[in-house]
Amino acid sequence: MQHELIFAGFGGQGIMFSGQLLAYAAMDCGYHVTWIPSYGPEMRGGTAYCTVVIADHAIGSPVVKHPSIGVIFNAPSFDKFVPMLQPNGLLVYNQSLIPQRTSRQDLRIVPVPATERAPTPQLTNMVMLGALLTAKPILSLDALKAALETHMPSHRRNLLEANVEALSIGAQLAEQLLERL
Amino acid sequence: MSRELLKGNVAIAEAALRAGMYAYFGYPITPQTELLEHLARRMPELGRVFLQAESEIAAINMVYGAACAGVRTMTSSSSPGISLMQEGLSYIAASDLPCVVVDVMRGGPGLGNILPSQGDYFQVTRSAGHGDYHPIVLAPASVQEAVDLTVLAFDLADQYRHLVILAADGLIGQMMEPAELPPMRDLPTERPDYALTGAKGRPPRRIASFYLQAEAEEAYNQKIQARLARIRQSEQRSVEYFTDDAQILVVGYGSAGRIALSAVQQLREQGLPVGLFRPITLYPFPEARLRALTAQAAAILVVEMNAGQMLEDVRLVVAERVPVHFYGRMGGAVPMPEEIVNALRQILQTEVLS
Repeated sequence: MQHELIFAGFGGQGIMFSGQLLAYAAMDCGYHVTWIPSYGPEMRGGTAYCTVVIADHAIGSPVVKHPSIGVIFNAPSFDKFVPMLQPNGLLVYNQSLIPQRTSRQDLRIVPVPATERAPTPQLTNMVMLGALLTAKPILSLDALKAALETHMPSHRRNLLEANVEALSIGAQLAEQLLERL
Repeated sequence: MSRELLKGNVAIAEAALRAGMYAYFGYPITPQTELLEHLARRMPELGRVFLQAESEIAAINMVYGAACAGVRTMTSSSSPGISLMQEGLSYIAASDLPCVVVDVMRGGPGLGNILPSQGDYFQVTRSAGHGDYHPIVLAPASVQEAVDLTVLAFDLADQYRHLVILAADGLIGQMMEPAELPPMRDLPTERPDYALTGAKGRPPRRIASFYLQAEAEEAYNQKIQARLARIRQSEQRSVEYFTDDAQILVVGYGSAGRIALSAVQQLREQGLPVGLFRPITLYPFPEARLRALTAQAAAILVVEMNAGQMLEDVRLVVAERVPVHFYGRMGGAVPMPEEIVNALRQILQTEVLS
């Protein structure tokens, strides 16, 4: 088993933390995992992305040209990364900020009104993660919640409940969508 | 001990202080800055020395001073910063002082960029500064290996009283991976017998890299060469994957090595006889094992994130017994497993199946 995910969006949308949280949860579940940020000459408001590889065997390349799963938070990242996804891959994208569509017929596509439905815009990333793990249960939602509890920095503890709620909202949104499909 | 999800730079920093590093001097540069950042917080917590110098040149000379005082000391930088340190590295080496230098390599030459590279292989393995010597050079391919080799670097530095360079690349520095940190070691209670500690009540000691007479300088050089011979004898390290029956042998270190492993695994699943030899010590180059593996191979493919630098060491060992091919990416570009698979398929067609 190996999954290669790309998380992409604006700097400030919690892209890096989304990837890290999934990586923590994967580690706690006993999987091999790598997380790599884009660390080019980035600027505030520019695109940021990170790549996560989760496998049940030692990971060779942590660098991925064609990820199997895209979790896309904004329009520029949609244009840049959707063409790079593997055939038969999964695309979870933030419908609230991405008006465009893709002509690709070979992807499973889960549009999520994440920013609109998040309790606060800062929790968009948790809504996206909840939707991702419902559309593709690489790990259980409980494993992610446990990772949130274990690895959230102590000065952010007060936000734990809101984060868990946002995860559930994302899960519900994805469930409703998958039922309609 | 449990595993933690650690960024390579942070893991190296934490491993260094747990290995007994008492004094760190450095100057920020991407992609190694998190290393400095972690130590800026941790070293004062422990009552040890963290100092952000005014430049890399100052930092390496502060390391020189701390090493003279007999404490475990380290600096870290990335390619252009390591270039600035060359004079200090040579002086430290010629003073028989142990110290650890971390190079998180980035794209070059020149100011280059901040992306991962292995373009410093020549610089770190050939001498690191002027004169006739080699540092010991260790190349990690994962965050766990970066932790383990950081501890080993301090131990080898003390054992041989020799300069040790940890040659990581930007990918290892920036990547997060689960790793287990070593236990915290106590700082030694006594300084080594060469340390300059103030000569009260004992004859003065002298540390210098300065011999005016050719005979004296040559005699000193012979001492370094004898030490390097012992290091070559005892410290060659490497890892092998699928090499038992490999007809095509891939040779790659650090990130290029682990990316090549993905390519080798893919071809093995299709039943093709490929294997990977991953050097861990770049100096001493693990020539004994590579020579043994060359005897059974039909061809070799060297993979690096440069224009072909370790390639020269491989060619010296192989000595034209089998063809040596090369695949490299430069300037911060990282080879993808598919590219290495393609290179291997071509070699399989021309060298093995024909």
